[in-house]
Amino acid sequence: MIEVTGLTVRYGGVTSLDNMSLTFEQGTCGLIGPNGAGKTTFFNVLSGFVRPATGTVRAFGVDLLSMAHFRRARWGVRRTFQTEQAIEELSVFDNVAMVHEHSKLGAAARKKDVLDAIEFTGLAAVSPGAKVRTLTAGQRRLVEVARAVVGRPRLVLLDEPAAGLPEQETSHLADVIRGIPEHTGALAILVDHDMSLVSACCATTAVLDFGRLIASGPTAAVLRNDDVIRAYLGVA
Amino acid sequence: MRDTLIRATPRRVRQETSRPQLIRAAVVTVLLLFTLFALPQILSLYYIDTMTQVAVYSMVTLALGVLAGRVGLVSLGQVAVLAIGAWVAARLLFETTQPYPLILVEAGLITMAAGVLIGLPALRLRGLYLALITLMFAGAITVVLATVNFPNGGHGFTGYNGSLVHIPPVRRPSIASSDPAYFRYSVIVAILMFLLVLAHIKTRPGRAWAAIRQSEPAALAAGINTWLYKLWAFALASFITGVAGGVLAGAVHYLYSIDFPTQDSITLLAVTLMGGVYSMWGAVVAALLYQFLPALLNNWGVSADWLIILFGLGVLQVLTTAPAGLADQVPKDLARLGRLLRGRLRRPAPGSTE
Repeated sequence: MIEVTGLTVRYGGVTSLDNMSLTFEQGTCGLIGPNGAGKTTFFNVLSGFVRPATGTVRAFGVDLLSMAHFRRARWGVRRTFQTEQAIEELSVFDNVAMVHEHSKLGAAARKKDVLDAIEFTGLAAVSPGAKVRTLTAGQRRLVEVARAVVGRPRLVLLDEPAAGLPEQETSHLADVIRGIPEHTGALAILVDHDMSLVSACCATTAVLDFGRLIASGPTAAVLRNDDVIRAYLGVA
Repeated sequence: MRDTLIRATPRRVRQETSRPQLIRAAVVTVLLLFTLFALPQILSLYYIDTMTQVAVYSMVTLALGVLAGRVGLVSLGQVAVLAIGAWVAARLLFETTQPYPLILVEAGLITMAAGVLIGLPALRLRGLYLALITLMFAGAITVVLATVNFPNGGHGFTGYNGSLVHIPPVRRPSIASSDPAYFRYSVIVAILMFLLVLAHIKTRPGRAWAAIRQSEPAALAAGINTWLYKLWAFALASFITGVAGGVLAGAVHYLYSIDFPTQDSITLLAVTLMGGVYSMWGAVVAALLYQFLPALLNNWGVSADWLIILFGLGVLQVLTTAPAGLADQVPKDLARLGRLLRGRLRRPAPGSTE
């Protein structure tokens, strides 16, 4: 569970998040909105890349904003990026194992956990020793997801994971994303422009527009909301 | 879709020691034995001194390679760091009777502390701005050294006495007072520094550096303290360069601030890029370019100033055709040439009788 109250982020004169408050309870939640609505900024605040001007963020009772960014990641705030950031020259295994560099687990337990995460994303057919540069775009996305779900995450932030993927790979990705809460116990937040993906993965969805929350609730109801249609989805 | 992807269970994760690795280890061993035992026998004193300098500067280019190649930080102040190491070592060598290895470690550690102090504010910057700051730092050190001077056996904090007539040389270790012996000593110190870097690259810092270089956001998102690891790289590079300064002090006996001009930092970065920043061989190639080539040209009566032009072209060549440097390109090209020649021999040219 994550509670955000009064979050404001300004870049110079631009207000990216404007006194935004929202709550995500559990499972996989959607976060949608037009470009520039503040979705990625919100993720950047959660993962500590951006410091908000005002506001509080409590995740599972913990004040997130008081933690340094790398500590948040170790505590369990994990994310993928809009432009995929799997590390090319490292192997699939090492990309995922990065998260365990500072964990207290023993070597065997780490290895098992990493291989579990790789298998969970459906990447097991690729040798864990394969360098990421030899993988396809879709497989790289999965490496990123594996890195986000390994080692007991609490909050998994997925920033447009399906961007640029063909339909078939997107449907596989949907299966993976849907499975994240059950597999890891984490709350997952999905940002994407693919409404069928959001509908398929998320029971609840929140909508941002110009840095403000304009709707939230069950995904199906949100997608029928007049404000949402006007601001983002457009009239079919 | 998912079924086809899951199917197989994971195969080997870490590679066992393979044949190419064994061959590489054998090649390295043979080369080292040759360098340590055969080279001092066949080279004249002129070239032995040159090769000592190569050993010294291979440590400096190694440090630069760690920063540029492993972490993606560009430092244009490495000559100043070298000068600090040489200064500290010379000061300690004159003032104390401590054994040489201990002094090298101390020079390394003190230089490291200085490097970290510079690094603390500088590491908030990247790319061009970090390069500029380090260049300014090098300039400042040059000015300070020109005023303070290198220790020449005097007393006080600076250890400089301008009125000395008979300036004593910086001492060498008693086991390595002759030039060939000191050459071997330098090579062994350089080997230790290469092993130190290898130990870093193969373990946690190396993986963290690779992550930082390729994607700092990804590194942060995986919980890596990028700031700490960047500072660590800076500290390691300063330590190694400081040790190199200590070896240099004994090699040249007399140190002058004009031997550490700021612009040499730029040339050093150029040869480091030419040699190749992604492998440790690159550091050796770079040091040969930087020290051996000018000595060779001098010996032939050609002005070494031509090298500046050559290095300029070299960097252009490397950056456009071989980002991994000569240490990567030349073996590949040789292998290609070998295959080509073998192909020619096996398959006679058309028209020949058989």
